[in-house]
This record gives sequence, C-alpha cells and structure tokens, in this order.
Amino acid sequence: MVIISDASMEVTEEKNKYSIIVPTYNERLNIALIIYLIFKHLSNVNFEVIVVDDGSPDGTQDIVKQLQQVYGEDRILLRARPKKLGLGTAYMHGLKHASGNFVVIMDADLSHHPKYLPSFIRRQMETGASIVTGTRYVKDGGVHGWNLMRKLTSRGANVLAHTLLWPGVSDLTGSFRLYRKSVLQDVISSCVSKGYVFQMEMIVRASRKGYHIEEVPITFVDRVYGSSKLGGSEIVEYLKGLVYLLVTT
Amino acid sequence: MKHIIKIMSLLVSVSAFWISLLLTSIIPESYTLLLPIYLIVSLGCYGLLMVGIGLMRFPTCPYESVLLQQDIVEAKEFLKENEVDVGSD
Repeated sequence: MVIISDASMEVTEEKNKYSIIVPTYNERLNIALIIYLIFKHLSNVNFEVIVVDDGSPDGTQDIVKQLQQVYGEDRILLRARPKKLGLGTAYMHGLKHASGNFVVIMDADLSHHPKYLPSFIRRQMETGASIVTGTRYVKDGGVHGWNLMRKLTSRGANVLAHTLLWPGVSDLTGSFRLYRKSVLQDVISSCVSKGYVFQMEMIVRASRKGYHIEEVPITFVDRVYGSSKLGGSEIVEYLKGLVYLLVTT
Repeated sequence: MKHIIKIMSLLVSVSAFWISLLLTSIIPESYTLLLPIYLIVSLGCYGLLMVGIGLMRFPTCPYESVLLQQDIVEAKEFLKENEVDVGSD
C-alpha cells in the first residue's frame, strides 16, 4: 500500500513485502554471493529470499543454512525439492511459501545482478504496474559474454517472435521479473511450456490478459555461456514454442 | 480475441483486397498476380534488415563484467568474515 500525505507530499511505503524466488541447482558459491548482494542492495526494503533447491549434490543447501545463521531464518527460506523438477514448478513451489505481496524471480548464477532490484521496485511503485520485466535489449541494458553467433540467434529469434506474437515487451525470454503475487499466480496456472519458452509464455499470456507491464533496463553478464549449447534441437524447440504461443494465446 | 484470430483476419482482409484488385482490373492483371510475391519478399527483407540493425546496435556492457568481479571479491570477504564456508568454485 502506498500512502501519500497531502501536507508534505511524502510517499511512504507500508506493507509491501517482496518475496525473491531463486531456483538453484549446484550453485554453492553463487547462491552465497547473490544473497550477500541482495541484502546489500535492498537494505531498507522488507523482503525475503526463497531458495528452491532441487537436491543439489554440491552442498548448496548447506551453504544456505549457514547463510540463514548470518541473516536470519525469517529472511532466507530454504524450500528444497528432492530432485530436478523444472523451472516452472520451482516457481510454483516457491510461490506457495511466499509471504510477500510482490514476487521477484531471478537466476542464481549472477547473470541477474541484484543491484537492479531497487529499479524494479521503483518502477512498479511509480506506475502501479502488475509486472516489471528486465530487458537486456535497450540502450541502458546490455549483454556481456555473448559471441556474434549468439547475438545473431538472439536477435533473429526476437524479430521472429515480435513479428508473430506482437508481445508488447522487448525481451521475451528474460527471466528477471517482478510480479504482483496475485498476477503471478494467475499467469503461472495457465502456462504449460518448459525452459525459456516458459518465460515467453508467461509474459505473452500476461500481455494478452491485459496486465500492465513495464520494462527496466538490465545488464546480463553471461559467465557460463561456454558450457551451454545453442544447437539445432534448441532452435526447433523454440520454433515449436512460437507456433504453440501463436495459436493458443 | 485470440491473437491468431487477429492474424487470420489481417490475412483475410489482405487477400480480399488482392482478389478485388484482380477482379476490377485497376492494375493490369500481370502485375496484380505478382503482388503477393512482392509482399512476401519485402517482408523478408524487412525482417533481415531488423535483424541486421539489431545486431549492429546490440547493447553490450563489458564494464559490467569488471564490476561483477569487484562485487564477487567484496562478497567473498564478507562471507569469510562471517564464517560461511564457500570453498573454491
């Protein structure tokens, strides 16, 4: 709730709590770094971090427990699952335990930098938007760590998706987003895709349902690109996803 | 209204316009028959142009990598002080 008092034109935020859902798998080091950075950049915001770990064998959950000793078990929630069960279900699982009225989803590998969280929150408060999504493709945003081929496929995929879907956002596959909790619950229940098509489906469905969506520029540092492959099967999956979205949204 | 319906109605109205051009012979038939091909080719060129322009103007942020490294160092120091054992990556 936002209260504006006439006398002093001061805006005070009351009762806005942000639940940050971070799905993890083998992110032992990164989860500690990311939690430090979140606490650093959100020092006067009411929030909680929900770590949804899919049974990481590298001891991610032990690190989270140590972090709970430092920051408090009420600020860091560990809601683990027995094995890798997929991103969409990870969000849904985290959502069940979220006590805030806003939910942030972000990646654990530091490609999404917590320093942008205040700008998400600010934009939402300024515009009253239901969803604020980070975009890498505008002037103040950007990507580092992508070679020419990767940029080409990204740009080509973007142009194709925009031509077919008219989505109303510039970055469809991005997964750094702030949702009003009720909106996330509504949208996620109607999504069935997997992987990055899932991210596209979420934002396209939200757009079709008429939710107010705002964008903020973010920078994306890809440190793991070398190990992820963008091969023929990924392209086929993407095209299938596009057609599915074209016909069903 | 579903998106696909919007696209379909757009295609239908363009086709209707084309057929009416054929029937009323405002433009000589030989040209009119080629119009859909011109349209598709222009759309393809437009698409390639958008991809090319986007590629040239792709925003990059090499300085962010440096900043991130600094943040990581800072975070590791803090974690070490607070006895969170992260070991090596």
